[in-house]
Parts: sequence; structure tokens; C-alpha cells
Amino acid sequence: MLEFPTWRKAFLWGVAIVGMLLSLPSLFSLANLDWPEQLPEPTINLGLDLAGGSHILLEADRADVAATRLEDLEESVRNAMRRAEPRIRIGDVSTADGQLSFLLDDVTEVDRARAELETIMNGTGPVREWDLQVVDGQRFVLTPTQAGLDNAVDAAMEGALRTVGIRIDGLGTREPTILRQGDTRIVVQVPGLQDPEQLKELLGKTAKLEFKLVERQASAEEVQRGFVAGGEVVPYAEGEGFPNGVVVQRIGGIDGETLTSAQQSFDPRTNEPVVSITFNPDGGRRFARMTTQYTGRQFAIILDGEVISAPRMQEPIQNGQSQISGSFTVESANNLAIQLRSGALPVDLSVVEERTVGPDLGADSIKQGMFAILIGTLLVMGLMIVTYGRFGIYATVALVINVFMLLGIMAALNMTLTLPGLAGFVLTIGAAVDANVLINERIREERKRGRRVVAAVENGYKEASRAIYDANVTNFIAGVLLFNFGSGPIKGFAVVLVVGLFTSVFTAVPLTRMWVAGWLRKTRPTDINL
Amino acid sequence: MKLLKLVPDDTNIKFLKWRFPFFIVSILLIAGSWAMVFTKGLNYGVDFAGGLEVRATFTERAEAPVAELREDVENLGYQSPVVQRFGEDNQVSIRVRLPDEVAADNEAAQAAANEVVAELQGNYPDFRLDGNDNVSGKVSGEFREDAIFALVAAMLAVALYIWIRFEWQFGVGALFALFHDVSLALGMFALFQMEFSLQIIAAILAIIGYSLNDTIVVYDRIRENLKKYRKMPLPELLDLSVNETLARTVMTSLTLLLALLPLLFVGPASLFGLTAAITLGLFVGTYSSVYMAAPLLVWMGVTSDSFVPEETVADRQEKVARGEV
Repeated sequence: MLEFPTWRKAFLWGVAIVGMLLSLPSLFSLANLDWPEQLPEPTINLGLDLAGGSHILLEADRADVAATRLEDLEESVRNAMRRAEPRIRIGDVSTADGQLSFLLDDVTEVDRARAELETIMNGTGPVREWDLQVVDGQRFVLTPTQAGLDNAVDAAMEGALRTVGIRIDGLGTREPTILRQGDTRIVVQVPGLQDPEQLKELLGKTAKLEFKLVERQASAEEVQRGFVAGGEVVPYAEGEGFPNGVVVQRIGGIDGETLTSAQQSFDPRTNEPVVSITFNPDGGRRFARMTTQYTGRQFAIILDGEVISAPRMQEPIQNGQSQISGSFTVESANNLAIQLRSGALPVDLSVVEERTVGPDLGADSIKQGMFAILIGTLLVMGLMIVTYGRFGIYATVALVINVFMLLGIMAALNMTLTLPGLAGFVLTIGAAVDANVLINERIREERKRGRRVVAAVENGYKEASRAIYDANVTNFIAGVLLFNFGSGPIKGFAVVLVVGLFTSVFTAVPLTRMWVAGWLRKTRPTDINL
Repeated sequence: MKLLKLVPDDTNIKFLKWRFPFFIVSILLIAGSWAMVFTKGLNYGVDFAGGLEVRATFTERAEAPVAELREDVENLGYQSPVVQRFGEDNQVSIRVRLPDEVAADNEAAQAAANEVVAELQGNYPDFRLDGNDNVSGKVSGEFREDAIFALVAAMLAVALYIWIRFEWQFGVGALFALFHDVSLALGMFALFQMEFSLQIIAAILAIIGYSLNDTIVVYDRIRENLKKYRKMPLPELLDLSVNETLARTVMTSLTLLLALLPLLFVGPASLFGLTAAITLGLFVGTYSSVYMAAPLLVWMGVTSDSFVPEETVADRQEKVARGEV
């Protein structure tokens, strides 16, 4: 018990000192002081509830992905049948119930049609994307496979994650966190963001841009009905001063994928905010062809299925540049520019959870929380010292080291301190001394039974450690479950609890033991005041 | 210096003498708590019920206009919003439950949230938005499921651990004690209709942790005494164990209380519910360690043999070979 080899002392002190040093940058930043730049800076992350900022959970709908995929398949099936030599005639195409079905005009062509379908249906991947059934020898039914749909959802989410990332970068905010969560969700956290509306605006739009040739203005009934023979009916976006919509050509046109840049700027004539866009060479060529061929006619600029403007093509545009106008504010034009630069979201995302905390409230919470921690620590220290004297002093020094180590390790592991985390901190302080209480009470007992000082201390540590071990393992189990199944703020609480278990056991048991042993060896007391 | 002793030496309190009445009380408390939960129901916050919560400070006045705020929200067509003081007198939290069909539709729920915030910001020039939470019906349903799962899983996992480390009776005893604590915590939240949120789940898990700490310390002493006093009747042995660990129990509860009280009184307002729940758990957890976890051991028949390693066939053969038997 009294023998502590030098290497062991060095190790214990080393761990304690390194742990405490790691907390220094965080303490500086919490106190709003400047940390010398040349030193490494592992600071603790403050959760949004302390730092202020926005948390948004976005969700995609699997059914959306399935529907888009079905539309794409229909398009490719039609194209494939048309391109086949000789052309395969089909009819009665329907996409009801998540299945694509069509009727073969000529029943003798079943094998040819099947071969054509195989090439477009299952691509090159290892996964079977669609199941094909032929009913009554001529009705083809294509059903999506679960694995195929999973793949498609996964790909759409990965694409959405990239697009969301680019859009948030466009806001120019600091250190956003963008994570995929589960199959169909994306978490976006932006610390310090004051205006969550802009963020939601930015992420809530697919931003699918199309340029299509206008056939004519549509009547209210046509817009209502949604289709006319040979064309597509597109309504005007709200607030455009146009009551109805336009009929555009179904096929052809140019889409937003061909843009290389988009900027908010001002129309030189009217001084209105507009979005200037630049096409890539391919898009530029097509735009030039469209404006040359149809000079004098209108083309519709369609965003997410609504016409935002329908200018007349005055002259051929050869330089691959254009602008989009349509009663924008500077902010909404800027938003649209960001959205166009990022490309369209492959799937619609809707906000299912939103939490915002103003920066003032967060700062107040930190102040009050820190104050409560300080008072709590002092009270606990006072009680320990009046109850256990010298042993209480050891316990309180251990407690202080524990607090700094806890902060330091959380900073080093880049963990996040949240508001419930502050409560976890307090709980850890209260519980951290439990190990010392157990040990000290045990030493008292052993002394009462008449053991000599060294033997009593030795037994105290030995007998108490079983309960300390079991209690901490069970708490660890609870903490890990809390972390895995808890969401958001609960995770923050669990993190502190679990890290606190390790630091408090380390400081309360081996560290105090080393000090007690040192003291016993030096003074060899025959009685202790405990 | 004379040191403080909270618990006198050699206490000999007959805790187990009252085990029947107290056990009945515990069972009644558990039943009452669940009756509360099922009749009055828990006052779910937006985490679990969905809807929106707006927190705001009125920067230009001493007191927030609670009644007007309620009326404003009702005028927008959302029934019975909860408007509460929150922290300072000029700070409020406004909780609005959305009608089911709105809550189910993500877009509509978003629109409703924006509408409420815009309306309030428009009506009061000194309205400072401190934050808002806006949770869709779907997500809140998942939060509820996850929370129940986390609670049940945590209780079962730690009971299993205790079974492995001790004996099955101890595992069952600990599980019952935890069930008692969790029930009472839920019962209190239902009785006082305090807001039940994700944070409270964290608090309940903290209670589980603390109560378990206590139970384990007592159990550890029981195990030790079972080996030491092979002939002592169990109730007496349990009394002895609880008395021996009493000083520690009181001391630890007190330190934890000292750490929690400042948080309760000067800590951030948003942590009040969490801290209150943990503080309640402190008392309930200590009580349950003595009056749920221990008596159950008597009734399930723990004996001192439980901790004497059984002789295996191989041991026996070895002893015979050495001529010891």
C-alpha cells in the first residue's frame, strides 16, 4: 500500500496534468480570453443550446424517390422501344400502384421487348432493380425491387447531402455540421445562425430549373386540369400578377444541370434584383439554338414546376449567358443563385424538426450554469473537509482535478457540451466524491474494529473498490444506452456522464491513494483523525 | 479539529422490521403513480407531442404580457396554447399544439410555426425571439418510442449485469427498485403536470444510475456479510448491512444534494425540470434501495450459500485423491 514506485507516480501525475492542461484552451474561450495562437487549441464544442444557432432535421420521402424513379423508367422505356430497330409499338402505359405497365401491340415481339427492357432495367450494378412480369403474353409489368429502391434512396440522399452542403457553404456561416441520419434524414446544425428562416428557405426548395418553349397562355381551367394534348401546363408562381399559367412543349428545353454559375445581380435597365446565369458549353449551344430558332417567341423559366418568368426572346443569345428576373428581393435572388449553383436536390426535403436558440439565451445559460457548478463544487468540498479532515482535502483536490480533466478530455475528443451536459457535470461532481466517501467510511470502520492505521487504510481502499467498480460499470451501461438511443440534448448529458465516470474514478481512487500513501510513509502516524 | 459525523457510530436501526408496511406503501405508490400516468396523463412537451414552442424575452418591460400572448395565439386559430413564465418575469415560453392534420403535414406544420412567430413579432416591438423548437408529429412519435426503449433497455441491462455479478435474486431486487423509482418519477410528472420532455428522460436515467449506485453499495455489503456471518438470519443481516453503509448513504446523498441545489436555484431556467427530477430521484432512489431492493431478497430466499463457490466434480476428485475426504 505504501509502496508507490516512481514510474507509477509519474504515470498518475502525468495523466492528471495532461488532462488538466487540455482544458486550458476551453477555459480561455469560455471566459472570452485570447488563447495564444501558436499553441494547439483543442477547445470544447458548445452545443447549439449554449452557443446559439439552428438545428434542422430534414427528411426525404421514399415515395417521392420511388415516383421520380418510375417516371424516369417510363421515359427510358418509351425511348428504348422507339429506338429499337424496327420500332416496338406499345400502348396503354400506366404507372399506377408504383408499377409501370404497358401493353405490347404485337404479341410476337415479346422476346425482343424483353431483351430491350433488360438493358435499361437493371443497369450494370449487382443489384436487381426491377422485376419483370409478362401477363397474358402481352402486358408487361415492371415492379421495383426493395433492394433497387433502397439503392435509389441511398443515392438520392448522398446527392442531397452534397447539395445541402454546397448551399449552406453559400451562406458563408461558420462550421456547419451536416450529417446523414438514418435512411432518409439529414441533420443540419449551424452555430450562431440568427435567421433560421433563410436556412429553411434555402433547403426547402428542390430548385429544379427548366427552360421551355411556350406554346401559348393557358386558361384557368387548363391550369386546374393540369394537362392539354401535346403540351404541359405550368402555373405561374404566386405573386407574379398572372392569373393562370402557360402551355409549354413537353419535350426539349434545357435544364438547370447545364449551368456553370449563378450570381445575384441587378438588371441594368430596371435596377431590379435578378439572377445572372452562365451555361456550360453544351447548355450554351442549346440555348443559342433555341433563341435563334424561336426569336420572337416566349420561353418559360420554370422553377420547381412553377413559371417564374416568361420573357420573349428578342435576339439570339450566343455567349451562353442569361438572366432570370421575376420580382425578386436581393435576398431571394441570392437564395435562388445559391440554389442554382448547388444544382437541384435529387429529392424533396421537408423540415421535420427545427430548434433555434438565440445567442443571448445561450450565453446566459453558460453564465448561470458555471456559477451553479462553482457553488456546488465549493459546498461539496466544504462538506468533505469538515467530515473527513485531511482525507477530505485529498478528496477535494481530486475533485478539482476531476473537473478540469473532464473538460480537458471532452475538448481533446472534440465532444460537445450542451445545457443538459452542464447538469451532467453537476451530477458528476456530486457522485465523484462517492468513491472517496465509500473509502473513507470504510477506513473509519476498519479503525473502529481496531486495525492499525496502515492496515485500515489499505483495507479501506481494497474493500471499497468492489462496490466502486460495480457501481461505475452499471452507470457506464446506462450512460452508453443513453448515448445510443437518446437524441440531441440527451446525448450531451450522456457524454459528460460517461467521460465523468472515467475521470472521477481515476482521480478518486489511484490519485488519492498515492497522496495518502505518501503522507503515511512520511509521517508514520499511529492514529488518524477520521 | 473535531470532524463532523453525520451518522453516529454503531447505529442499529431496525429497517427491515417495517418491511411489510413499507413494501405495501411502495406497491401503493407505484400503483398510484401509474394510475396518475394513465388518468391524468403526462404533460408532453413538444419533444414528445409535436408542435412548437417559442421562447422570448420582452426587452422593454418588466413583465411579459401572458394573457395577451395567449389571446394572440388563439386568434390565429390554435386552441389552448400554454403560455408560461420562464426564468425572469419578462421571459415566456409559448407552447402550441398543432391540430393533428397540420402536425402530420410537414409543410403545413412549418407554415404554422412561421405564422405564429411572425404574428408575435409583429404585435410586440420589444419581442426578442430567444429560440424556438418545432417538432413534427412523426419525429415526436419516434422520440417517444426511443425514450421508452432507452429506459427499458437500461433497466434490463443493468439488472442483467447485477445478476451476473451477484445472484439472480439481486438482479430481480435491483430491477424492482428501479421500476419503483421510474414509476414514482413518472407519477410525479403526471401529478404536477410538469412538462415532460427529452431532458426528463435523461433525468430519469440519471436517477436509475444513482439509485443503482445505492443499491449496489448495500448489496455489496450484504454479499460480504453473507460470507462472514453464515448463521445470521437474513433480515438481521440486511439490517446490519444497511446500518453499516448508512453513513456512506447519508453522506453521498448530501453531497449530491449540495451539488444539485445551486443548479436548482441559480442555474439556467431551462434546466429546472431536469434538476428537479434528479433531486426527487435522490430521495426515492435511497428509499427504494432499502425498502424495495433489500426485503425482496428476504422473500426470494437468498442464503449464505449463494456466495460459497460450489464444489465441482473435479475439485471433489482432487480432494479425494489427496486423501482430504
